[in-house]
Amino acid sequence: MNESAHLWLIPLLPFAGFLINGILGSRMPRRLVSTIGVLAPLVSLVLVLSDFGATVITAASSCPTCGQVTALALPSVETLPYPWLAIGALHVDFSLVLDQLSMVMLLVVTGVGFLIHVYSVGYMHDDPGYARYFSFLNLFLFFMTLLVLAGNILLMFVGWEGVGLASYLLIGFWFQRDSAASAGKKAFIVNRIGDFGFLIGIFLVLATFGSVNFTQIAVRLAINPTQQGGVLTVVCLCLLFGAAGKSAQLPLYVWLPDAMEGPTPVSALIHAATMVTAGVYMIVRTHLLFDRSPFALGVVAIIGAATALFAATIGLVQNDIKRVLAYSTISQLGYMFLACGVAAYSAAIFHLFTHAFFKGLLFLAAGSVIHALGGEQDLRKMGGLRKKLPVTFWTMTAAVFAIAGFFPFAGFFSKDAILYAAFLQGTGGKVLWFVGLVTALLTSLYMFRLWYLTFFGESRSPKAHPHESPWSMRAPMVILALLCVCGGWIGIDSFGAYLAPAAAAHRPMPSGDPGIEFILSIAAVLVALEGWLIADKYYRRKPKRPRQLAAALPTGYKLLANKYYVDEIYGAVIVKPLLSVSKYVLDWIVDGAILGGLAWLLAGAASFSGMILQRWQSGNLRSYAAWLTAAAAAVLLFMLVPLLLAANGVDIHWTGVLR
Amino acid sequence: MSFLQHDVPLSWYLLLSAVLFSLGVIGFLIKRNLITVFMSIELMLNAVNLSFVAFAYQWHEVRGQIFVFFVMMVAAAEAAVGLAIIIAVFRARSTLAVDRIDLMKL
Repeated sequence: MNESAHLWLIPLLPFAGFLINGILGSRMPRRLVSTIGVLAPLVSLVLVLSDFGATVITAASSCPTCGQVTALALPSVETLPYPWLAIGALHVDFSLVLDQLSMVMLLVVTGVGFLIHVYSVGYMHDDPGYARYFSFLNLFLFFMTLLVLAGNILLMFVGWEGVGLASYLLIGFWFQRDSAASAGKKAFIVNRIGDFGFLIGIFLVLATFGSVNFTQIAVRLAINPTQQGGVLTVVCLCLLFGAAGKSAQLPLYVWLPDAMEGPTPVSALIHAATMVTAGVYMIVRTHLLFDRSPFALGVVAIIGAATALFAATIGLVQNDIKRVLAYSTISQLGYMFLACGVAAYSAAIFHLFTHAFFKGLLFLAAGSVIHALGGEQDLRKMGGLRKKLPVTFWTMTAAVFAIAGFFPFAGFFSKDAILYAAFLQGTGGKVLWFVGLVTALLTSLYMFRLWYLTFFGESRSPKAHPHESPWSMRAPMVILALLCVCGGWIGIDSFGAYLAPAAAAHRPMPSGDPGIEFILSIAAVLVALEGWLIADKYYRRKPKRPRQLAAALPTGYKLLANKYYVDEIYGAVIVKPLLSVSKYVLDWIVDGAILGGLAWLLAGAASFSGMILQRWQSGNLRSYAAWLTAAAAAVLLFMLVPLLLAANGVDIHWTGVLR
Repeated sequence: MSFLQHDVPLSWYLLLSAVLFSLGVIGFLIKRNLITVFMSIELMLNAVNLSFVAFAYQWHEVRGQIFVFFVMMVAAAEAAVGLAIIIAVFRARSTLAVDRIDLMKL
């Protein structure tokens, strides 16, 4: 028996919240706005949890008491009765699919989403755009749940574009600030570049399989068990390009650090926990394609590893607390791509799962610090906040230990699973593992640097009077902190087993060895400890050392502090030439000279001929009479000439009328 | 009587008709007075009537004569409307010279 899972309600409730708050919010009292804004994701979360409960009951349906409780078998599909597109052989439905993969994603999206909505009530309480903020946040949840539940790539693309829109709106939430407005634009444009790849990928899928439905694609792939590479590689590379745009991977990562212009809860929800992981989700969702293309998988792994290392090095020297976290997010997303690249999809989703907790919490805690300091984001002006913000300090400590990968915090389990999976993949895998390990060292280093600079030592802005945040902000942080500690205890084995029907790799995987895994995890923890010790030495015991080091290595420091000049390079290589082509070629030559000239020519010809022809309309009755007579004479001639010619023996068949 | 017994040839009627029509056209084109122009139009109509009647007689056809009645009827109606317009124009402009009636000029 397959009870309805109310899948459509899950996205539509936040959408209703978006409509109500968006249309009426500015005229409603704040309390009502926050009630609606928080209730919508809460009901969605309850629905997801009840669906989850129902599936768990199904999985353990041997128990005799479960007879009365409605059970739910995965995957559960809900399709609207009318088609979305029906063009020739192409048939696309509005269909939502709940399987193990979308279930995990939904739990993360609605769970973390709900917590961050609650947090936002406190964080945004005196912002003039309060209702607008909540309507955008609900809109984001609508599109994100749609993306996760979509049963075909096209519907997924709708959600994909929608979260991009919501992200744009929320990055530019404080649009009065120039930097926020342009950061929003940058995010949108860079995402569009990636979406171009995604779109081409969708078209190629359509051309290859004749369907965009995930189940159909799986069926077609199963018919040809030997089909490998070729067009599939191209499809996968296109999809990867789209995923790199959304998930901020090389070479399209540049928008994410700037996206920190948005409100901090937005950074936590969209730019750390959920939206940026959509790329990882998409790769796992289409992993049947990636499984058939070893080359594309290799590219995924290399991009992931390179991004992880690259972003981590930049994160070492950033001074804005949110930017450190942004580069850390990019780096962690790189881990997830690395896991996808070695076909360890469940490890990727596991890291996504734990990352949502600790990175969401890191941002919320950073937001709490910023809130306490009245908007200060510079690490150099913080310090000594441990006693003043105890809840923030302890929750953030949990998150820092989780991301650094200490046992038994959540990050340890997921990162370990990824590194282990990489290590098993032959020689190339060893290199990936080593890069991952170095990244883990850097991660630990920059996270503890942030930790020390924020909470330890002397306060570096003595005028500030920091205060702990209200309960609406503390409660979500505490819950997330608990999840940071316990979230990983599920373990990759049971997590992978749960996900297996939806995300198990359909290709031969190397067998593992528990002994190696144990040694590798010891190594990972030692590396994290090393990072902590270095940070402790540099940022607590000898706070002058970092500056001396920067002075000793000016080139290296400058390179890192300026983020490898990537923005500048993109500006010089892509943006500037594009602008000059637009200005000189398109604006001046094409628009001004060719199109403008053509329009001018047409208008000139019309008015010139009008100038001549208007003399005809003299208004003089006699001239009209003369023209009338002349025309009549002309008609007469026209009729007479053939007659005269015929009379003289010339036979003309002019028309049928005259004879 | 001999004159009556010998039919006038058709061509003579047609020639007369053409001459009358041409006079009408010339008057239509060159006269300044609106009433004269109007009379020239009547002349053209009647020239055509003449050729209709002549053809009808020649071919023993009644249709030509019927057509003449139609033309006369239209001419009568036209005279009524046209004269009314001419009177209105004269009242408004105090002139009937066609080259002074040029309100429609650009």
